[in-house]
Amino acid sequence: MSSENLFIFIVGCGRLGSFLANRLSGKGHSIVVIDINDAAFDSLSAEYSGFRIVGDATEFTVLKEAKIEEADIFIATTRDDNVNLMVSQVAKKIFHVPKVMARVFEPKRESIYKDFDIEAVCPTSLAVELFLEAIAESIAVEKGN
Amino acid sequence: MNILIAGGGKTVYFLCRTFTSKGHKITVINRDHDESVWLARHLKIVSIHGDWSAPQVLEEAGTSLMDAVLAVTSNDHDNLAICQIASLHFKVPQTLALVNDPNNEDVFRQLGITAVSTARILSNLMEQRVGFGEITNLITASEGKLNITEIELMETSPVARKQIRDIAFPQNSLLAYILHEGQPTIPKGDTVLYPGDRVFVITLPENYAETIRMLTGDRR
Repeated sequence: MSSENLFIFIVGCGRLGSFLANRLSGKGHSIVVIDINDAAFDSLSAEYSGFRIVGDATEFTVLKEAKIEEADIFIATTRDDNVNLMVSQVAKKIFHVPKVMARVFEPKRESIYKDFDIEAVCPTSLAVELFLEAIAESIAVEKGN
Repeated sequence: MNILIAGGGKTVYFLCRTFTSKGHKITVINRDHDESVWLARHLKIVSIHGDWSAPQVLEEAGTSLMDAVLAVTSNDHDNLAICQIASLHFKVPQTLALVNDPNNEDVFRQLGITAVSTARILSNLMEQRVGFGEITNLITASEGKLNITEIELMETSPVARKQIRDIAFPQNSLLAYILHEGQPTIPKGDTVLYPGDRVFVITLPENYAETIRMLTGDRR
């Protein structure tokens, strides 16, 4: 994996997927974004220089034709936890992509993703952690006064 | 047996009727509230309304006590998640997933889940029944390293009315059996091939074309 120019595969072009694609493309990486809905690509910035593929990522041939086996990093960001779980396992176990990550909505599913050896990021859990930290800090500040 | 079914529609209704008539205990998880109520009223089953792939719903449904889990929702990815959570998390001994995409039979197998594609079963059956033309590719076995092919012999076939012993089959090809006037026959040296017979040949991909040419004449 060269650190200069990575081939990054993103499934889902919603708020999270498009934001990631824009940022990573800006850093000079090669990006492929897949979304089932053509209109989703409107969220990509004018500077985005990667590929857009309209298709269902749970369809094996869609991933294969997009040359997933050459990817260095695979990120599943769709709104459906089960879609993310399926495509990230396919990326990891069948196409042997070196680094595979998935967004998971339901915090209770995080442990299940770990059973399947998928690196899961749960925005809800992250937000809760940040809020709790901020609360703990403000309490500490009050006590200090 | 205790069987959990995730899904909806007529498939689930008739699966339930079949299983309960054989004395199995059925639990169904359905996402549609009205359908769950309807199933509970019309069948002797436990009907649960909820997200069929949510771990807590599966836990409430008693998944850890199930002998088998059948995932027949209309989404391949939901069926994968249900079967994987059931087998890995709840240690259910038998799971089976329905898939739309025939490729997913193989994809799911590599992820440890047995899957069945209606599209593949129906297209295979159709090809066998209708026999698209005179050649039907029945099966490729051992990841495509072996073909089993059914061929109907025409009047113009170079091997028609010949004894098997007079036919020079290519190496690594085998005439497995003959369907003569609807009767299956195991071929011997003195068996004669007639037009209208259906023959079943096993070949390797490299001599497939040669074998087909020999049986059908040089028409393709």
